[in-house]
This record gives sequence, C-alpha cells and structure tokens, in this order.
Amino acid sequence: MFVTSAFAQESAPSADTSHAATGADTNSGTSVPAEAHGAFPPFDPATFPSQLLWLAITFGLFYLFLKRVVVPRVGGIIDVRNDRISQDLDQASKLKGEADAAVAAYEQELAEAKKNANSIGQQAADAAKAEAETARKKIEAALDEKLGEAEARISSIKANAMKEVGSIAEDTASAIVEALVGGKASKAEIAAAVKSVAR
Amino acid sequence: MAADKVDPIHQFHIIKLVPINIGGYDLSFTNSALFMVATVVVAAAFLFLTTSSRSLVPGRLQSISEMAYEFVGNMLRDAAGTQGMKFFPFVFSLFMFVLVANLLGLFPYFFTVTSHIIVTFGLAALVIGTVVVYGFMKHGLGFLKLFVPHGVPVFLLPLVVLIEVISFVSRPVSLSVRLFANMLAGHITLKVFSGFVVSLSALGAVGVAGSVLPLAMAVALTALELLVAFLQAYVFAVLTCMYLNDALHPGH
Repeated sequence: MFVTSAFAQESAPSADTSHAATGADTNSGTSVPAEAHGAFPPFDPATFPSQLLWLAITFGLFYLFLKRVVVPRVGGIIDVRNDRISQDLDQASKLKGEADAAVAAYEQELAEAKKNANSIGQQAADAAKAEAETARKKIEAALDEKLGEAEARISSIKANAMKEVGSIAEDTASAIVEALVGGKASKAEIAAAVKSVAR
Repeated sequence: MAADKVDPIHQFHIIKLVPINIGGYDLSFTNSALFMVATVVVAAAFLFLTTSSRSLVPGRLQSISEMAYEFVGNMLRDAAGTQGMKFFPFVFSLFMFVLVANLLGLFPYFFTVTSHIIVTFGLAALVIGTVVVYGFMKHGLGFLKLFVPHGVPVFLLPLVVLIEVISFVSRPVSLSVRLFANMLAGHITLKVFSGFVVSLSALGAVGVAGSVLPLAMAVALTALELLVAFLQAYVFAVLTCMYLNDALHPGH
C-alpha cells in the first residue's frame, strides 16, 4: 500500500508539489513543504536502475571478499583456537591422570610399608616372648632341680637322723637305767623297749 | 537553504555525483552509490584489518569481528542446521552490509543506504531468489511441498495452499519494507527533532532555552536508532536464515 501510494504520486506529476508536500506532512508532522523537484525520494523510480546497479556491484564484491578472504580467515582463527584449547585440555587431563597414578602408587607403597611394619613388629614381639618363655622355663627347671636336690638331702639327713635316733635312745636309755637302777640292762631288752616306745 | 535545514526529507535525496547514462538508463554514481561503497569498504576493512594478526588470544577489535562471525554462525546453525552453513558467507555479508549501512547512516550528513526501498528490496529479492533457485535445484518439484503443510484435511488444502503461497510471496515485501520503514521513520524523527532545535534557537533567548527539550529528545532518539540499526540488521539476518531453512527442508 505504501508502495502503491508512492507510485500514485509518481504517476501524477502535475500535482507533484502538493502531493509531496502532504506526504512530507503526514510522514513528519512538520509544516515545512517538501522540495519542489521530484517525488518522495525513496519512491522515485528514476533512481532505481542506478541504485540497483551499484548495490549489485558493491554487495557482489563485498560477498566475494567475505567468502574468499574473511570467512576462511576468521573461521581458521577460531578453529585453531578451538584445536589449541582441546589439545591443552587433553594434555591437562593426561597430566592429571599421571598425577593420579603417582598418588595411587604412593598410597599403595605406604599401605605395604605399614603392613610390613606391622608384621615385623609382630615377629619381634613373638620372638621376644618365645625367648622370655624359654628363659623362664630354664630357670624354672634349674630351680626345680635344686629344689629336688635339697629335698633329697633333707630326706637323707632325716633318714640318717631317724636311724641314729634309735641308737641314741638306747644309749640314753641304758645310761638312765644304769644311773637309776645301777644294774646293767641287756642291750636286747633296751632295744626292744625303745622300739615299743618309738612305735 | 533554510528550508533544507529543517526539511526531514532532504536527507533522502539522491544526488548524482558522476552522471552515467547507458542505453537510456540512468546509472549515475550517486551519493547512494558512494555510501554503498563506503559501507562495503568500512565493513571489509574492519573485518580484514582486525583479524590480520590472527592472534590466538584476540584483542578487542578482533573479538568484535569474531563475535560477529560466531553470532551469525550460531544464528544460521540454529535456524537451518549444519547444512545451512554453506550459506554462511551470504548471510554474514548481508548482516554486515545492513549493519554497517545502518550505523554509517547515523552520522550527521551521511546518507542512509537502507532508507531507500529499492536497496532493501534488492537485498530481499536476492534472499528470496536464492531460496527459490536453491530450493528447486536441490529438491526439484519437491520444493513445492513448502506450500503443502503436513496433516491438513484435504478439503482445507486449497485454502491452506493459497495462504502459504500468499505468505511466501509477501516475504520479500515484508523483509524489505520492515528494514526500509524502520530506517526511514527513525531518520525522519531524528531530523524533525533536530530541526526543532534549529528553529527554536532562531527565536532568541527563550527559544534557545526551549530547544533543550528537543535536543535531549534527539540524543535519546540517537541511542534508540543505534539499537534499531543493530536490531534491524539482526532481524534481516534471522529471517534470511529462516527462509533459507525452507529451501533446505521444504517439508516443514
């Protein structure tokens, strides 16, 4: 509609001035009249061939320049940057993997060392315990032996003493009998008497 | 001359710089052509020079070029998939051309290439032409499936196909008029408010004091126009991507 009204302006050159003026009025809201020559400039078909030609030339060259030079160049810059970024990210993740592996190896070694330390400690404790046990046993055995010897000596002394008790008693008894009675008692009688008392 | 200063339409006039006439057609090198050349040179030089060091860690300017590249790349990939990337140079040139033309137009006394409907229509026709030619080349008559959506009852089909055809035909119009009208309206508004500043200042001390308001408005509008310049380039590129997606995958 816009276009057709403008063309209507073109097709009525006799009323050109007034039409252009009213057109300017409605478009702008000012009371300044448009210039007397020609129609509303954007709708003036006399300028169309020239504008189309120069648009074709300039835009065509612009398109070719962008397609041949600018787009490959900017695209190249962005591609190189993206490649570089992804390469760096790859390297970073590789290094991170290596660091993780090193940490894991370290922790494994640490765990092994702890285990070894425990077992060494256990062995040492066991050995010390066993040694103490054998030492204790040896001492106990020695003590037992000494105890046995002592007991044997005591019993032999006791036996000897017991053996001698009879003869002493007989001697004593004969001495007492002699002193009291004045006669001599036969040895056999005294021994029998002592025996009966000792029983 | 006084009228020129406040006439909001004056900035859209085509001035012949080098008259050329071939076969009855006026193919003069005009101020419009000059600013097309300026747009192309500025955009190409910026993209070329900022990336010339090819730094692995980009500087500020190289970042801008790369951001533009990846912005359009993501836009196209989202809309048309990886198959669509063969159109990347085309969409990237369209985006950069429209963006730089819009931004250059914001400089005072500069001509805005995209404020002329024939320029935006030329670009839109290029987009739709690419879609149609590529669609028929790749899918043959299968491209016409674009007009026949799936799962539509047969009795509704003629109506739906008619609507689809109309919407397809109106695409170049809407694509070109959207950009053109935005730039035209923005620049007229900007000029009108700037014109107020000039007219009011001519009225003496009171006028100068009063011209502060339109001046503030002109500053705010310039900021808005900066946004519109980017936004319209973005919209143009996004719609191009979606239309190209139709050429690649016509079956919806």
